[in-house]
Amino acid sequence: MAKVFGYPDSLTDMPTHYCPGCTHGIIHRLIAEVIDELGIVDRTVGVAPVGCAVLAYNYFTCDMQEAAHGRAPAVATGIKRVIPDGIVFTYQGDGDLASIGCAEIVHAAARGEQITTVFVNNGIYGMTGGQMAPTTLPGDKTSTSPYGRDTIKQGFPIRVSEMLATLDGPAYIARVSVHNVAHIVKAKRAIKKAFEYQVAGKGFTLVEVLSTCPTNWGLTPKESLDKVQRDMMPYYPLGEYKDIEAGEKK
Amino acid sequence: MRETMRGGLFMAQVVFNEERCKGCELCTIVCPVKIVIMQEKYNKRGFSPAGVSDMSKCIGCAACARICPDVVITVQK
Amino acid sequence: MGQRVLMKGNEAIAEAAIKAGCLFFFGYPITPQNELPEYMSRRMPEVGGTFVQAESEVAAINMVYGAAGAGARVMTSSSSPGISLKQEGISYMAGAELPAVIVNIVRGGPGLGSIQPGQGDYFQSVKGGGHGDYKLVVLAPANLQEAVDLVTEAFDIADQYRNPVLILGDGLLGQMMEPVEFRPLPERSLPPKDWATNGLRNHRGHKNVVNSLVLQAVGLEAHNVHLQAKYARIKDAEQKAELLYCDDAEVVVVAYGSTARIAKTAILELREKGHKVGLLRPITLWPFPENAFNAIIPTVKTFLCLEMSAGQMVEDVRLVINGRRPVEFYGRMGGIVPTPEEIAARILESMGVTSNG
Repeated sequence: MAKVFGYPDSLTDMPTHYCPGCTHGIIHRLIAEVIDELGIVDRTVGVAPVGCAVLAYNYFTCDMQEAAHGRAPAVATGIKRVIPDGIVFTYQGDGDLASIGCAEIVHAAARGEQITTVFVNNGIYGMTGGQMAPTTLPGDKTSTSPYGRDTIKQGFPIRVSEMLATLDGPAYIARVSVHNVAHIVKAKRAIKKAFEYQVAGKGFTLVEVLSTCPTNWGLTPKESLDKVQRDMMPYYPLGEYKDIEAGEKK
Repeated sequence: MRETMRGGLFMAQVVFNEERCKGCELCTIVCPVKIVIMQEKYNKRGFSPAGVSDMSKCIGCAACARICPDVVITVQK
Repeated sequence: MGQRVLMKGNEAIAEAAIKAGCLFFFGYPITPQNELPEYMSRRMPEVGGTFVQAESEVAAINMVYGAAGAGARVMTSSSSPGISLKQEGISYMAGAELPAVIVNIVRGGPGLGSIQPGQGDYFQSVKGGGHGDYKLVVLAPANLQEAVDLVTEAFDIADQYRNPVLILGDGLLGQMMEPVEFRPLPERSLPPKDWATNGLRNHRGHKNVVNSLVLQAVGLEAHNVHLQAKYARIKDAEQKAELLYCDDAEVVVVAYGSTARIAKTAILELREKGHKVGLLRPITLWPFPENAFNAIIPTVKTFLCLEMSAGQMVEDVRLVINGRRPVEFYGRMGGIVPTPEEIAARILESMGVTSNG
């Protein structure tokens, strides 16, 4: 028998601290598989965020830098400018990327920095105990929107992929989901494309991954996957929002 | 990696590294032949790990492995 | 004797950095240091370096973090409000032990303040500014040749100790023009950057992580003990001060940067009239030049601290003197630059002499 599915080399064997059923684990594995398949681990530098994935530097076998909250795209810019032949990726949650780090991601994208961002969007702040995020859906209850997100007082969610796709700097922007196996396979394809574009020097790439937070949503892991499909996907449609190889924007 | 639930003479086998499992049950949802189940025991971290009820039925699709957030499962065909 | 070039302070500092092997600059416009990033934007392409105008000072310091972590010599510059923005990144760099040179061309504060020179950032520079127990090596030039020399040395100090180094200038220094010579310095033994995330993992056989997070208290205490030991070594080895006429001085003026330069004029004039006044000019504000103070205390009656601020360095002077002698203070705030005449008058007050005497 031959191995059909194995443990990726680019993932350390350290058990993760993520909650049971948290999709961070799936996304980490997809990135590691892509790094393996592209054979780039020796020249890859990942930038970890502040959020649940703050310890991501323990889970990948490539070089890693820990960034301040929101600053990963700037840190990645500094790294990539110094080692242009390196492959630099950031891994960021919705608070890190769309709240405190909004300027950094917009400008790294606008500058067309040759980096890849994996944006884990679960519409809530996990690590700090479930506060509202820029991507929290209207009506969703969080620890700082206990009556449900009121768009009059607390504004509307931000659609990051659509927003960044308006810029000329990005080469590839896609939104995917990991709520079932078919989408996990598609998500990996998008992540691989994003890294391939960096290897080919095509420009800034970002993959937004609709993700779960069972603990702070107060749902089981299975119910959380359902919430992604039922609630998140209508607000955050999946698709490739920018692809310079495809010509037209979707 | 500790291996359990080995076996199966025919098409495929999956190996569950039970000590990595956090009992999230996502693998039990996606198995097309419904052989992934939660076991009645605890691993060292206090979780009830997933496992396979009937390895002979495994088709090696790796759906369970793909949805597992903790890389518990490896698949051979 | 090398070639001397007439340059504006901001530009001389930039050129000194490039000549010291700095090929990466990340910055943002703010008066009165704009000529520095502008110069970098012209010069870096000429020398095969990289210039990025970041979206903010916050982004710039984080680009410095990334670039320094990847093993490069890197600089950023700003002025007081922008340096405030950088404090988070600076703390992270100190915690992750990353070398870099940060230039602060100080202006009047607090808040938006003014674009005139000031020295109100002393506390921010030497007492942290960022959170946590860390220190920056802080170098305070008083003229452009010294600025050029200190910038050159700063990159070596940063690499030797794996620590950020701050050049504390002010708007006068940044804007003035003086002849400078870019000259090599005594070599230091610098350790290799084998800790850097330089995209060459296969050369090392293990991964490198640049990080300042240590969640377990035992580990973080150990890390802090390590940092404090480093700072103790820096204190022993790197104190620098200029002493002028301190051997027989009754009053010693303590001042740094442009204030010291103006004070020097006053002191020289007073000396010609026979007054026994001297100058102790700290060049390293951190480590504070305690050794220089301790050496002259036996023969000095009074210290007079002069600053373009409400009085910040004076607290460190008082700490060092520790009650052994009186420490007086005179300062101007808001970007006002004192004149030699007013300084001379104030010195005479300290000597118990009226300005007519």
